Amino acid sequence: MAEQTNTPANLKVTIDNITVEVAPGTTILQAARQIGGDVTPPAMCYYSKLEGSGGKCRTCLVEVAAGSAADPRPMPKLVASCRTPIAEGMIVKNITSDRVQEARAGVVEFLLVNHPLDCPVCDQAGECHLQDLGYEHGKEGTRYEFKRRTFEPEDIGPYIQLHMNRCILCYRCTYVADQLTDNRVHGVLDRGDHANISTHISKAIENNFCGNMIDVCPVGALTDKTFRFKNRVWFTKPVEAHRDCDQCCGKVTLWQRGEDVLRVTARKDEWGEVQSHEGKPGWICNTCRFEKKKASDWVIEGPTKINRHSVIAQGHYLGLKKPTETLPAVMDGRDPKLMMDIHSVSEVNRVDISELPGPATSENFKK
Amino acid sequence: MGRKLLLDKAHVENIRLYEVYRREGGYRSVEKALKSMSPDQVTDEVKKSGLRGRGGAGFPSGMKWSFLAKPEGVPRYLVVNADESEPGTFKDRYLMEFIPHLLIEGMITSSYALGSNNSYIYIRGEYAWIVDILQQAIAEARNNGWLGKNILGSGFDCDIHVQRGAGAYICGEETALLESLEGKRGNPRIKPPFPAVKGLWGCPTVVNNVETIAAVVPIINEGGEEYAKIGIGKSTGTKLISACGNINKPGVYEIDMTISVEEFIYSDEYCGGIPNGRKLKACIPGGSSVPILPANLLLKTAKGETRMMTYESLADGGFATGSMMGSGGFIVMDDRQCVVRHTYTLARFYRHESCGQCSPCREGTGWMEKILWNIETGKGKMSDIDLLWDIQRKIEGNTICPLGDAAAWPVAAAIRHFRDEFEWHVNNPEEAQKRNYGLAHYADPLVVTA
Amino acid sequence: MPVQFSDTALAEVKRLVARYPEGKQKSALLPVLHLAQDEFGGWLSTEILDYVASVLKITPIEVYEVATFYSMYNLKPVGKHVFEVCQTGPCMLNGSDEIIDYIKEKLGIRPGETTTDGLFTLKTVECLGACGYAPMMQMGKHYREHLTREQVDQIIAESRK
Repeated sequence: MAEQTNTPANLKVTIDNITVEVAPGTTILQAARQIGGDVTPPAMCYYSKLEGSGGKCRTCLVEVAAGSAADPRPMPKLVASCRTPIAEGMIVKNITSDRVQEARAGVVEFLLVNHPLDCPVCDQAGECHLQDLGYEHGKEGTRYEFKRRTFEPEDIGPYIQLHMNRCILCYRCTYVADQLTDNRVHGVLDRGDHANISTHISKAIENNFCGNMIDVCPVGALTDKTFRFKNRVWFTKPVEAHRDCDQCCGKVTLWQRGEDVLRVTARKDEWGEVQSHEGKPGWICNTCRFEKKKASDWVIEGPTKINRHSVIAQGHYLGLKKPTETLPAVMDGRDPKLMMDIHSVSEVNRVDISELPGPATSENFKK
Repeated sequence: MGRKLLLDKAHVENIRLYEVYRREGGYRSVEKALKSMSPDQVTDEVKKSGLRGRGGAGFPSGMKWSFLAKPEGVPRYLVVNADESEPGTFKDRYLMEFIPHLLIEGMITSSYALGSNNSYIYIRGEYAWIVDILQQAIAEARNNGWLGKNILGSGFDCDIHVQRGAGAYICGEETALLESLEGKRGNPRIKPPFPAVKGLWGCPTVVNNVETIAAVVPIINEGGEEYAKIGIGKSTGTKLISACGNINKPGVYEIDMTISVEEFIYSDEYCGGIPNGRKLKACIPGGSSVPILPANLLLKTAKGETRMMTYESLADGGFATGSMMGSGGFIVMDDRQCVVRHTYTLARFYRHESCGQCSPCREGTGWMEKILWNIETGKGKMSDIDLLWDIQRKIEGNTICPLGDAAAWPVAAAIRHFRDEFEWHVNNPEEAQKRNYGLAHYADPLVVTA
Repeated sequence: MPVQFSDTALAEVKRLVARYPEGKQKSALLPVLHLAQDEFGGWLSTEILDYVASVLKITPIEVYEVATFYSMYNLKPVGKHVFEVCQTGPCMLNGSDEIIDYIKEKLGIRPGETTTDGLFTLKTVECLGACGYAPMMQMGKHYREHLTREQVDQIIAESRK
């Protein structure tokens, strides 16, 4: 088509009044990620490393105030930013649109009406995207007064624990099975509000790359059976490690408590997705994930930087700002006189701490 | 008496058979198109006719055809949407059941215009006996040289296949239909890309409703401009309306879009009025998903003008005081009927038919159904009505496909125009439980006599 | 006994697959499932679903996904005669609730249940596109329309013969 040959190499798009240049074919969400920060819409189902993902959860809906420079009409409906490509001169509103904020709060409510809210016993708690989403975009309380939907538990083998009640049907795990393994044995069955992830016949999911389904699951629907109830993620310490693996990139995050390796996952980027190494998604094999649970199996690189705003990050003092003021700055030229000298009123403390060369220790008081 | 272009021969005895259909002038459009017109000329005639998609959205058909991508060496497909499932709609069934060759004829001509050598009819699974009727018609057409290789020596090859669905309203959405035709779950695709670029098996595809394709026959026979002379404004040609509910003569009617709603309901030529001397209370004029209108707003627009059976007039006033032509499923309710219960059945329908892919529809439709059930059975609270309003508002426009809107609109319109009925259920729980609706109370102010 | 299509059914599968381009045989899944349901006693067991997968050379999960999505496939045994009564709006306006109640009373079963003699299954379904001929139900391949209590009696009596 003639139009395509004329497309410039870079397209300008304005998101929340910030203009950025992106390559043709870039989606609104990817452009927003290029800007980063609050401008980036949340994404629960889209996963840049899984082809065909996105469009389903509707949390990334944005308002397109102008379709393109050529046709500046607004788009009548909110669009899924993860699946809508940029056009030159497009103007997008995310956090600057009340419509978007309201619709997003609505989506959060829909995602939670049938969610069990069993965070206190859920292994995903602390690194759950639904928790983050609810906290950042949801409203307090619930208006749902009915019994929540439940599903019969299904055993899908020794590695992955399936909690269908927590699932938000992002379909990511089905894409993992399709794109990373040679034989998908699970899928989405039934339809409507009873659609569910299942193998239909309680079959074990055992492919060597199936563990990545755990990493892509945004909620606690698919969790690591070998880590189940072992610890809360915020008590564990993530460290980067690698090993020579003939099946995968071997680059992982170890989740340690003391010297024990409680869990192994792929490394995640700031969007919660598996990191890419040398341009390839860093999926890891089941051997690395489930079999190598000793620190000595790994070459430790150092502590993981946690960029996400989760409770795990809270324990790591990243981006910590120390106060810059020095005492004189705080006193601002004032020089208050001490009301009394402690030595003049107390016989107890005969040591003048201010004259000690270093910090006072018990030794100084033994006289 | 209005003009009939589709059903004018429907009552001829044995019109279902090829010989009779041909004797009555059938397949002339194929002869005309293949012998004397180029594919683009056929498309031009459809454009000139002003034909709008008869499935519900009313999108100009000629324009849809012109969007079809035509890359070299890639097959293109015409798929006919016969997955008629919108409550209140049964017009395509009538057409296929009684005059199947009209659809086949329209498909051959349209396939020629679009360059589709293998065209498919996707029919809802429940219409099992109609599959046999269509297959017989296709076989007859093939035996008489209208399908197959080099049709009429034109060099154009075409075959038609019937695919049966298996019970899913969502497959009436064109991309869900294509998924289903590919042997998958009927999950609507995320657009773009549109079917005109990437449709069936990734190839450029046009999906049209049965009635739309049937209308191509008179358009080619009489010329697009002649067709466009029928009707008012942008509502050109004739439209099949399936009328049901509380009327004396339910059935499928072909109207030229020049008559009033009042005439359609009360004239003996069409619905024949309300049975048992009851009064008209409300009507859903275009299939269950379009807004319900109380009698006063149905027969006259908010401006006091006569409401006509046209796309524009039915939509006059927007959703505040108007509705839509939709699929032409015309559901009439008399003064015994309870709007809350009716809305509940529709909410249940949409919950049942949601594919479950996107969160607002999957979770919202079930929530609305539960609240409506509570209100209907006298267990509702006053705040539930506002909650319902808010839920529908958060579904509408925020879903992958129009099913979300289709589920939201009936609830919105019912509350907008019949809020007193919802409140009555809350205030009279015991009566509501007994389904003793106290209808005289709220039906009366809305009555308009013919 | 292993599940196996008859020769006629296999020929039909072949005909169905031939309607699609090379390699797109999965498109025949819906019609082949209908065929299997007709062939194997009105319902689809997991064994049958696996068999259909092997016939079409696709994976079993692809068949499970589809079979559980569409409402016309029975994944549990059903009676010899299945009454699928429409209960959506337009039918409701014309008394489908009363017809459903009457059938329940007459057969002594609730929707979703089968009579102990295995003769009848009652299902409530959503709009079948016969709104002008309400109330109505589907029985096998055909529709029974404009239902009255008397007609329900007659249909039940006919089916018992």
